[in-house]
Amino acid sequence: MTALSSNSGATEAEAEVVLSLQGVHKRFGDLEVLKGIDLTVRSREVVCLIGSSGSGKSTLLRTCNLLEPIDAGTIELLGHDLGHERIDPDAVRRHIGMVFQSYNLFPHLSVLDNVTLAPRRVLKRSKAAAELEATELLARIGLAEKAADFPDRLSGGQQQRVAIVRALAMGPSILLLDEITSALDPELVAEVLGLVEELAQQGMTMVLATHEMGFAKEVADTVCFLEEGRIIESGPPGKIFEDPDDPATRRFLQRIIEAGRL
Amino acid sequence: MPPTSAGALIDRDEPPISLYSSSRPRLRGRAGTIASTVSTIVVIGLIIALLASPSAAAFRKGFLDVHQMWIAFKGDPQKGILSVGKGFLLNLWLSIVCEIIVLILALGIAALRMTRGPVLMPFRGVAIAYTDFGRGVPVILVMLWIGFGVPSLNIPGISTQSPVVYAGFVLVFSYTAYVSEVYRAGILSVPTNQVQAARSLGLSAGTTLRRVVLPQAIRNVLPALLNDFASLQKDTAIVSTLGVAEAVHAAQIAGGVEFNYSGFTIASLLFLAVTVPLTRYTDRIMAKDRNRRLAGNGGAGAATSSP
Ligand SMILES: Nc1ncnc2c1ncn2[C@@H]1O[C@H](COP(=O)(O)OP(=O)(O)OP(=O)(O)O)[C@@H](O)[C@H]1O
Ligand SMILES: [Mg+2]
Repeated sequence: MTALSSNSGATEAEAEVVLSLQGVHKRFGDLEVLKGIDLTVRSREVVCLIGSSGSGKSTLLRTCNLLEPIDAGTIELLGHDLGHERIDPDAVRRHIGMVFQSYNLFPHLSVLDNVTLAPRRVLKRSKAAAELEATELLARIGLAEKAADFPDRLSGGQQQRVAIVRALAMGPSILLLDEITSALDPELVAEVLGLVEELAQQGMTMVLATHEMGFAKEVADTVCFLEEGRIIESGPPGKIFEDPDDPATRRFLQRIIEAGRL
Repeated sequence: MPPTSAGALIDRDEPPISLYSSSRPRLRGRAGTIASTVSTIVVIGLIIALLASPSAAAFRKGFLDVHQMWIAFKGDPQKGILSVGKGFLLNLWLSIVCEIIVLILALGIAALRMTRGPVLMPFRGVAIAYTDFGRGVPVILVMLWIGFGVPSLNIPGISTQSPVVYAGFVLVFSYTAYVSEVYRAGILSVPTNQVQAARSLGLSAGTTLRRVVLPQAIRNVLPALLNDFASLQKDTAIVSTLGVAEAVHAAQIAGGVEFNYSGFTIASLLFLAVTVPLTRYTDRIMAKDRNRRLAGNGGAGAATSSP
């Protein structure tokens, strides 16, 4: 087995709920960025967040791994209320992988050390065990020979794939991907999306904010359209992209089509 | 002037351009080597001629007397001349011990200044006041203040320390203020993205600081840290004001006894023997860092994407 993710296969229709948000509100000063978000993500599900810039996609993802505290509502990870007073944010983040638009690899560490840092320091894996696992993961994405290189020797696409592998090395229950192809040159987008698609096929639970509508259409089980901090409409991609109910969704898609991005 | 068509965006009536420099081309290759050899010989010859000229005799005798340098270097107990060489060991030792303490304390001060939250507010205030004071007041003033002031207070256990202890305290006091600001600049130079990436992998705040922030921060400010170390090394000379038998004080005594100041020359040569390699090393690191960054950009572009 050379699966990138280690999800046990719960194939029944009613898969386990990995992440759920109820009535989540978030404000920055006077600006209310999330105005009551309800979202349920089941095991092996791929949820795509779409919506115009500033609609709150990044903020939503960042609240899920407690990078941003919320003002109201509840977030549950695998049935645990993350608002509980004895919740340890570091423990929560161990189970949630996050990948950013700007890769954020550690420039002072080799590719291999980037991938093994958290398994060694957080999960207390031995150096040998962590490196073995990391090397296997890197080999799976065709970057084994780059293990000793520093990130600045890699192309953007390679860096972003290493960032994904770095998150996977922690064996997360869910991956949050925040516009991970937006900083890439167009010719490098495919290799990163290919990896995400592969993860989806292997049953990785994922929430991704994306401007790549074609990709969302292809890979998503559920598409959520966000506007001004609300999920206006959500459903399977066929429904959202072909026959949306809400006029706001239609307006958004119209703009996207005019811009030639769908 | 030919008429330009109405509404044209580009003025086609450009002035003639020249792509050639008006100065002479630079010498390259063999011609360049010969030129640099000749100019070096001329400059060295000029310096030797100046020093060897009869009018420089007094200078040679007073500052460059090799025999006097040797006497000052090894000392002469019968004449009451302290050894500049031995004294310099004290300078070295003091600078290294102080530097180690400074590097540790300064990190604490920097961390304190960067904390948030109301509880630590007064500590932050104290840390800010301290760095302002430590950087704003001359080291020699603090040295005289503590070195002569504290013994006069007759505090048991504190007023009876050796001058070396006061000197070490003062150097640590002043340099910790400088170095904590260097650290702070270094920590601020690490993008918050890096912290977020580390925290979202589940690394604790402490591990993030140790494994992600500090290595990058220190690399960014390494030249500044080495510069401050070179300054600290030089400033150990201020200890001579407290009558400690370090290199400068020893040279001063030799000068007074022998009426010859070649002891100062040997003392400065000893300081140079440490600070010059240190500054060269700093330059090398800065150049290497610059090259790495340039190579990094080129490398990213040249890197092939895998299938
Ligand atoms: N730390 C912050 N402080 C203040 N305002 C913020 C902060 N982070 C985000 N915002 C604001 O919150 C709003 C939503 O931002 P967010 O980054 O979540 O949008 P987004 O949907 O991800 O947009 P994009 O597609 O451009 O990434 C924006 O108006 C933004 O200016
Ligand atoms: Mg965003």
